[in-house]
Amino acid sequence: MTIHKSHELALSSQDDVVMARQAVRTAAVEIGLSLVDQTKIVTAASELARNTVIHGGGGFARIEIIRDTTRTGMRLTFEDKGPGIADLDMAMKDGYSSAGGLGLGLGGAKRLSNEFVLQSEPGKGTRVTITRWK
Amino acid sequence: MERIPILKVRDCLLVTIQVDMHDRLAMTLQDDLTEQIVSQRARGVLIDISALDVVDSFIGRMLSNIAGMSRILDAETVVVGMQPSVAITLVELGLSLPGIRTALNVDRGMDLLSASRGSEDGPV
Repeated sequence: MTIHKSHELALSSQDDVVMARQAVRTAAVEIGLSLVDQTKIVTAASELARNTVIHGGGGFARIEIIRDTTRTGMRLTFEDKGPGIADLDMAMKDGYSSAGGLGLGLGGAKRLSNEFVLQSEPGKGTRVTITRWK
Repeated sequence: MERIPILKVRDCLLVTIQVDMHDRLAMTLQDDLTEQIVSQRARGVLIDISALDVVDSFIGRMLSNIAGMSRILDAETVVVGMQPSVAITLVELGLSLPGIRTALNVDRGMDLLSASRGSEDGPV
């Protein structure tokens, strides 16, 4: 797999969540995702970017356009140095929220992507990587 | 401060969301709407989201909150104009907007509101 293009943006406020949505949309259009797939990846990005800001106390998002031998896709990484997640299985469950939300963020983002990787260590931070192939 | 305009059409309030909403703007709208339902004595709220190309769980929750608050204030909420790609994504996200009535466009939303009030009022 090769990284064709990479772009990073800081996530520290709600306005940055809006910026991240727009940047992800631009990249999704660039690789020619269908409108439905664009909407899915932008929505997933919105959930994860908000998590980074609210739960992680801020961090950054990396948007990469990637290629393997047969296909093009995009990989999004959301990373923070916040408190981390103690119970990953619990955090993935729909309806579980530690911040008064709907608790759909992580599970929802997973359903909206093709690949989903959640790494977290209590006290160190959280990194979520999602990929959507064209 | 940035605000989403609320228009009064007969006894309904019409809100057309045309900007990519950040969370604070969504909260402001929620507060403004509940205030106006009371001050304008509105019986219905129409929220046009045809210009929104993303509805995530936060905006979904705001829509549910608005519907719940207006119901308590004796006004009915109809969300109109959702894009098909947004509907598909919402269901996959796990959000089916319980308690929210929807219509394809503002026209049909108006019809829905007046029909439901007609049946409530009974024969004159």
